[in-house]
Amino acid sequence: MHDKTFRASMRTLTVLLALLVAFAAAPAALAEEGGYPNVNVNVHDKASLQRGARLFMNYCVGCHSLKYMRYSQMAEGLGLTEQQVMDNLNFTGVKFGEPIVSAMPEADAEKWLGKAPPDLSLEVSARGADWVAAYLKSFYLDPSTASGWNNTVFPNVAMPFPLWQLQGEQVAVMSPPANGEPATIKELKLAQPGSMTPAQYDRAVRDLTAFLTYVSSPDELVRSSMGAWVVLYLVFFTLFALVLKKEYWKDVH
Amino acid sequence: MGAFTQWFNERAPGLGAVYKKHMTEYYAPKNFNVMYYFGSLAMLVLVNQIVTGIFLAMFYTPTAAGAFDSVQYIMRDVNWGWLVRYMHTTGASMFFIVIYLHMFRGLMYGSFKKPRELVWLIGMLIFLVLMAEAFMGYVLPWGNMSFWGAKVIITLFSAVPWFGHTLVTWIMGTFVPGDPTLNRFFALHVVALPLVLLLLVVLHLGALHEVGSNNPDGVEIKKHKNPKGIPLDGIAFHPYYTLKDLVGVGVFLIICAVIIFFAPSVGGFFLEHDNSIPANDLVTPATIKPVWYFSPFYAILRMIPSKGLGVLALAASIVALFLVPWLDRGGVKSIRYRGLGYKIALAIFAIVFFLLGCIGADLTPGWIVSIFGPNADITTIENLFGRILVILYFAFFVFLWVYTFFGFERTRPVPERVTTHA
Ligand code: HEC
Ligand code: HEM
Repeated sequence: MHDKTFRASMRTLTVLLALLVAFAAAPAALAEEGGYPNVNVNVHDKASLQRGARLFMNYCVGCHSLKYMRYSQMAEGLGLTEQQVMDNLNFTGVKFGEPIVSAMPEADAEKWLGKAPPDLSLEVSARGADWVAAYLKSFYLDPSTASGWNNTVFPNVAMPFPLWQLQGEQVAVMSPPANGEPATIKELKLAQPGSMTPAQYDRAVRDLTAFLTYVSSPDELVRSSMGAWVVLYLVFFTLFALVLKKEYWKDVH
Repeated sequence: MGAFTQWFNERAPGLGAVYKKHMTEYYAPKNFNVMYYFGSLAMLVLVNQIVTGIFLAMFYTPTAAGAFDSVQYIMRDVNWGWLVRYMHTTGASMFFIVIYLHMFRGLMYGSFKKPRELVWLIGMLIFLVLMAEAFMGYVLPWGNMSFWGAKVIITLFSAVPWFGHTLVTWIMGTFVPGDPTLNRFFALHVVALPLVLLLLVVLHLGALHEVGSNNPDGVEIKKHKNPKGIPLDGIAFHPYYTLKDLVGVGVFLIICAVIIFFAPSVGGFFLEHDNSIPANDLVTPATIKPVWYFSPFYAILRMIPSKGLGVLALAASIVALFLVPWLDRGGVKSIRYRGLGYKIALAIFAIVFFLLGCIGADLTPGWIVSIFGPNADITTIENLFGRILVILYFAFFVFLWVYTFFGFERTRPVPERVTTHA
C-alpha cells in the first residue's frame, strides 16, 4: 500500500514536472517566433554590461533617456565605484543619485528628428533583446529619408544611425521584382567598412543589448541566483511534507 | 486538552465546534486523487494575492499620470518590490490555471450533480467575480495594453440595447479610460471584489461541507457509516488531507518559484510585452488581446461576425457553465463509469477550449502561415477554424442534454464503495 502511495505521488510529480518543462520551454519557443537571431546576452557578465554602458553613454544618451535608472543604481549593478561612473559614464553632468536623462529637450528633438526619441528604460521588456540587437544591425543608407538612413527591422525609422563609424555603411541589395510585385530587399551589404570588424561589431551590439536588458529589469541580476536557493529549499520542504504525510497515512486502509 | 484550549473553549465553545466540523471531524473520501489538490491551492493563491496585493497597494498610485511610474518604483526602488510584484502577477495566472483544473475536475467526476448543485453555482459566481477582479487588476499598471484592453472590453457593454453607450460612459467615468476609471477600478480591485471573493469562498466551502465531498468514483460515502456515524470510506480532513495538501502545496510552490525567479513574464504570457510601454491613446498596439486566461472567451467574441451577437455568445458561453447541473441528467457521476459518449465529448470540449485559447492569444496566424504557406488568407482560415470551434464549444452542452435526457448513455455499474486510494 505504501508503495502505491509512493508511486501515485511520483506520478503526480512527473505530470507536474512535465507541465513545468512545458512552461520553461514556452518562452524559448516564442523567442524563436519573432524571427530575429538570438543575441545571447549575459547580464551576469559585468565586463559586458560595462562595455555596453560605455557605448550607451557615448552614442545614445545624447538623444535617449533611461529615466527609471539612476547613475547610483547603475554603479551598483555594474560593479563600479561612484568615482568611475562620474568620470567615465556620466556625461549629462547631473549628480550621482539622479536618473539618467538625456540633455536634449524633447521639443527640440522632435523638431530636428521629426519624432521624439523614446525613453529606453523598458525597451528590452517591450521589444525583446533579439529585436533590439537586430535593429542595431539593420541600418542602411537610403537617400529618400530625411536622415539618409533607413532600417529593415523598423522601416522609415526617424533615428539616424549613430554607430555608423563602428559598423560602417550598409546598403540594400534588392531582389529583382517578381511578376508585378514591388522589389524587396534581399540583404544588406557592407559597402564601406567601419572601424570594427563584423565580429567586433556583433560583440558591441551584444554588450549594448545586454546593458539595455539589465536596465529593463535590474532584478535579473539577483533573481536567478536567489531562485536556485528558493527552489532547493522548496524541494526539501516538499520531501519533508511527503514523508510526514506517508507516516500519518499508514493507518488508512 | 491543553490549558489554553480549555480557557478558550469555556469562553467560545462555538469556535471549537466550527473547527471540529470543518477540520478534525469533516470526513472526506479517502480516495481523492491529484485533481482534488486544486481547491486548497486556489485558497493558497487567493491568500497570496491578498497579502502581496496589500504591499503593492502601499506603493501604487492610482492616477493616469502616476500609475506606470509607481509600478517601476515598486520594481526598482522598493525593497523586495520586484519579488512582491512577480508573486502577484504570477499568482494571477496561476489562479486561473488552478481554477480551470478545479472546474474540469467538477466535470470529470460529476461534482456539480445533486446534492452539490449549490457548490457548483457558488463556484461559478466565484469564477465571474474572479474574472472581473483579474480584468481590473490588469488595468492598474496603466501600460498600453492595460489602456487598450480596458477600452475594448468596457466598450463591449455598448452592445446592450438602448442605453449601451450611456452604460459604457458610466463604467469608465469618462469618455476614454482615464483617471476616474483607474480610481474606481483600484477601489473595486483592492477592496470590494476581494471581500466578495472571500465571502463566496466561505459560502462555497460551507455548502460543500453540508453535503460532503464527492470523489473520483462518484459514490456517496455517507451511504455506508460505522455505528458512530462516521462514513466507512471517510477520513478526517485534518490531519490526513491537510498533510496531503501540504505535499501538493510544495510541488505547486516549486513550479511558482521557477516562474517567479527564472521567467516571470513567461514569454509575454503572464506579463505582456506591450504593457512595458506606458498607456498612449494615440498608439494602438499591433494586436489588442487580453491576457491568456481570457483568450478562449475572447476568441468566441472575435469569431462571431456581428458585435452584438459576439457579446451574446460570450455571455452564453459562461451562462452555459452555470446550467451544467441541469443540462446533465445522467445518473452516474464519475467519468470512470459514464458512457463512452461523455468521455469523448469532455475530451473534445477540453481540446476546443484550449484551441480557442490559442486563437484568442493570437497564436493561430503563425500556425496558418507555417501550414499553408506565406500567401495563405489568414483571416478566412482562422475564421473557419474558429467558428467550427465555437460551434463545438456550444455543441458540448447540447450533446450533454440530449445524451442524458433521452437515455442514450450506456453507463457501467458503479461500485458500492470507493475503489482506490493513494
Ligand atoms: C540623434 C538622436 C538619436 C540617437 C543618437 C540615438 N537614437 Fe535611437 N531613436 C531616435 C529616434 C528619433 C527614435 C524614434 C524612431 C521612430 O519612432 O521612428 C529612436 C528609436 C530608437 C529605438 C526604437 C524604439 C522603439 O520604438 O521601440 C531604439 C531601440 C533605439 N532608438 C536605440 C538607440 C541606441 C541603442 C542608440 C545608441 C547607439 C540610439 N538609439 C541613438 C533618436 C536617436
Ligand atoms: C477562489 C476560488 C475557489 C476556491 C478557493 C475554491 C475552493 C474549494 C475547495 C477548498 C474545495 C474542496 C476541495 C476540493 O474539492 O478541491 C472546493 C470544492 C469544489 N469546488 Fe471550488 N473553489 C473555487 C472556485 C470554484 C469554481 C470556479 C468552481 C466551478 C464552477 C468550483 C466548484 C467546486 C465544486 C463542484 C467542488 C466540490 C468538488 C467535489 O466534492 O468533488 N469551485 N472548492
